[in-house]
This record gives sequence, structure tokens and C-alpha cells, in this order.
Amino acid sequence: MLSVKGISVFYGDLQVLWDVSFEVKEKEIVVLVGSNGAGKSTTLRTISALLTPKKGTVEFNGSRIDHVPANKIIEYGIVHVPEARRLFPEMTVEENLIMGSLNGEAKRKRPDTMEYVYTLFPRLKERKKQTAGTLSGGEQQMLAVGRGLMSLPKLMMLDEPSLGLAPLLVQDIFNMVKKINEAGVTVLLVEQNVRQTLGMCDRAYVLENGRIVLEGPGCELLENEKVKEAFLGI
Amino acid sequence: MEKKHIVYIILGLLGVVFPFLVTSDYYLHLVIIALMWVVIGSSWNLLAGYTGQVSFGHAMFFGIGAYTAGIFMTKLEISAWWGMAFGGIVAMLIGLFVGWVCFRLRGPYFALATLAGGEIFRLIATNWESLTDGMVGILIIQTFRSKLPYYYIALALAFLCIFVIHVIMKTKWGYYFVSIREDQDAAESLGINTTRYKNISLLVSSFFTGMAGAFYMNYMGFIDPHVVFSLHYISIMAILVGIVGGVATIMGPAVGAFIMVGLQETFRSAFFGLAPSWTSEAHALVFGLLVIFVILFLPNGVVGDWLKIKRNVFRVGASS
Repeated sequence: MLSVKGISVFYGDLQVLWDVSFEVKEKEIVVLVGSNGAGKSTTLRTISALLTPKKGTVEFNGSRIDHVPANKIIEYGIVHVPEARRLFPEMTVEENLIMGSLNGEAKRKRPDTMEYVYTLFPRLKERKKQTAGTLSGGEQQMLAVGRGLMSLPKLMMLDEPSLGLAPLLVQDIFNMVKKINEAGVTVLLVEQNVRQTLGMCDRAYVLENGRIVLEGPGCELLENEKVKEAFLGI
Repeated sequence: MEKKHIVYIILGLLGVVFPFLVTSDYYLHLVIIALMWVVIGSSWNLLAGYTGQVSFGHAMFFGIGAYTAGIFMTKLEISAWWGMAFGGIVAMLIGLFVGWVCFRLRGPYFALATLAGGEIFRLIATNWESLTDGMVGILIIQTFRSKLPYYYIALALAFLCIFVIHVIMKTKWGYYFVSIREDQDAAESLGINTTRYKNISLLVSSFFTGMAGAFYMNYMGFIDPHVVFSLHYISIMAILVGIVGGVATIMGPAVGAFIMVGLQETFRSAFFGLAPSWTSEAHALVFGLLVIFVILFLPNGVVGDWLKIKRNVFRVGASS
């Protein structure tokens, strides 16, 4: 479905990704793990076309998307739930959800999708007239995921949804991700929370200093000596 | 029918009958100038308050509108009233160019670019003497001797401007503008062509500011580069009108315009006779103090923090 082939990405003169290649197949949950500064968010920002790779290509369902304008990416069915939520804090919950469904089919199906999001996250329904800035961290993350769902994505990219949340909430969020995946949305997840995410995903890639150093099924990596040493502290 | 609508209708009626209640030319003049500032402040607010692109160069559009009307009159002998329409359109075209250049920049860099833009046009107007007569300025004969027609034109322009912005903010454009202010990358990722909508916001903003400039030419009958391209009297004043009244509120700049014009006039004309030699600069000092006060105590402006003002005034009233 999504295939990233040998991308090298720079911020100005500073190279952050070296020849990164990976693949996400339909209906999968794929995780990119890595420590701070490994290039995980940069990878997602490149797929979203917020950054342009100097070398390499990004293909989605057979069409190249590495040189389309960032605002067209959503039309391919890719949605990016960015790091630290990036909601519109002075808009209400409802308005944030509307912002997720501006065009085409998503707009036509808006009432149905909104109902679906509210059944997934009943808390959001209770607070639909509240401004997003007044929500708790967990609720904001729910809203960010909900806003992503509003565009009826085929592929949802989540950038550290567990950031700054209590462990119980983190579990909740991951359960939601699983549920969304079971409903037919392919998921590409970026995480530092290695133990939990490797346990739930189909496949995983390990990024280190802008290069992919390991790949394989999640449970296999969980047993890998190198992963244990680097991330789990065993 | 909500209470809010009734207030608007009363304000509208008051606007229409005002010249019959107050016949003094001096006060009529002040209200005309304030109405002109309603237009400029509201335009600035659309771009800076709602869309989040803070402009320090609105004098650029104001001056271009004024000069378009003036040059049409003196060089082409086309009535300066046509200049009202053309002033808006030319300011919009310049806005398109400015947007093309400046919207590559974000935040403070955009603000600085507009600041430079305003100064560039002031220098052009000063030095391109064959077109603008440079520092001599442009003098035209006013159409009306009475202030009454000008009053109603300014009133209509102010209402039109507020109405258009009100409607825009109710449509999806309004959502787009606010989303760009709140988080440009997130807006882009959700499928909004942020550059296009920033430009639309700038075009509407520059159009109305240009019309206000052309109105100023018609009304005052005289312009020179230092007045209409003034950083201090136009660009900064536009920001003050927005901030004091209330950024990102429909009625904020309207309220701000009346407050600022009132203050400016109070301190410019007299400073209560305390320091006659300062008079031309005294209001600048007061503006500075006012900005500090507003930022500290009413960060959302008089309209944005109206509930806070009402609550505090009420509490003070009850306890004493």
C-alpha cells in the first residue's frame, strides 16, 4: 500500500534520513520505533509531503506522492495525526472534527463519521461544545485521532500518541488504535513506547540515527538482543 | 430575534440619525475619521486577528488606495470617486504581489516583511515625482462642501466592511482562516491550501484598506507620502485599533477605532494645556501606556474581555 524507497531527507544542509526504505501493507499495523532524534517524525512528515526527499521515492497505491503539495495528500486517503496533537485550541471539539472532513466524500458522510467517532470516544460527545484547548491530554489525543478519522482515511499515521499520557490512558489509546485497525484502516505508528507497541503490531522497523537498522514481526523484535539492550533496558 | 441583533439595529439607527443629533462639524469630522478607522481596523483584523498573519504594513494598502484615487484625478481627470473602487482594486493587486513574496515567510518574518513593504512604498511615493509629485503631495478639490455626504459614505463603507467580514467568518473560509492561525501545518495536512487562503484573506483585507485610503483622499482633499504611508499614524494605528478593541472579534476593531480616534484627538489637541510644546507627540506617549495597560489587563481587547470588564465594574460597584 505504502512503499518508501531509499529516501534521504535534509533540514537545510543537515541530513536526518539516510536511504530509508520500508513498506506498509493493507490492513497492517506497522510501527517505527527509535529513540529521540532518530528521524521517526521526519519520516512521517516526508510521507505527508511537509518535507520533500532529496533522493528516493514515496509511493502510495502505485502513485508517487513525494512531490505533490502537502494539502493534496489527504485526497489520497492518508491522514497524519501529528506529534503533540496539533489541534486547533480555540475551536470547539465539533469544529475540530469538521476541519477533518472538508472535501469530497468525507464531507458528504460527515454526520455518519462524526457519529462513529462519538461512539468510539463518548467523552468527545460530552464535550463537543468545549474548546479543544480546555480538554485534558488524553481527551486531546482522542480528538486528534477522531479528527484524523473524519477524513475517512485508508492509512492513518500516528506520531507518538502516547506522548505525555498516564500509563492507563496509553493502554486506552493503543486499544483504540487496534479497534480502528480492525475497522479496516491501515496504521503506521511512530512510538518510543517500545514494549507495548511491539506487542500489538504486525511488523516493526527500528530507526537509529536516520537509518533503518532492524526490521521484522513485532514479537520477534521484542526478543531481539539489540532491541532489549537499546530500548527495554534488559 | 436575539438581544445582540437588537443592539446592532439600534447602533445602525443611531449611525443614520447621528448627524441630526450632533450638528457640530468638528464632532462630525471625528466620527468620519473613526468610521474610516473601523474599515482599516476590521481589515487588519481579518488578516492578523483571524488568519494570524500579523501585518505591520497596512499603510502600504491605505497609501496605495489614496494615491490611486489622487493620481486618477490629477493625471487622468477621472473623478476621485471612481478611485474608491479602483483604489481598492489596485491595493488588492499590490496585495497579491506582496502575498506572493511575503507568504513564504512565517510569523515574525512575515510581520517584518510587511513592515519593509510599507516603507518601500513610502519611498516610491516620495521619489517618483513625475507620477506622485513627491513630497509636494496631491491636492484635489473636494466634491462636497458639507461633511454630511462624507459621513454617510464612511458609514456605508464601515457597515459594508463589517458585514462582509462577518459573512466570511460564518462560511468555510472563516474556518480555514482560523485553522491557519491556530496551526498552519495541521491545516495543510487536513487538506487546506494554506497559501491560497492566506492570500484570499490578504486580498479582502487590502481591498477594504485601499478603499479607506481612497475615501481619505476624497475627504481630506490632500495627501502626501508622509501622511498616507506613515508607519506611525497608519500601520501602527491599525494594529492598536485591533488590539485595543479586541483581536479576532467582529465588533472589536469598530470599538477600538472610536476609542483610539477619541484618545488621539484628546491628547493631540490639548494634552489639557499642560505641555503645549509636546502636543504633537503627547498622544504617542499615551498610546504606549495604553498598549501596556491593554496587554496586561485586557489581552483580548475591550470587546474580547467585555465580560471581565463587566464583572469587575459590577463587583466594584457592589462592594462600595
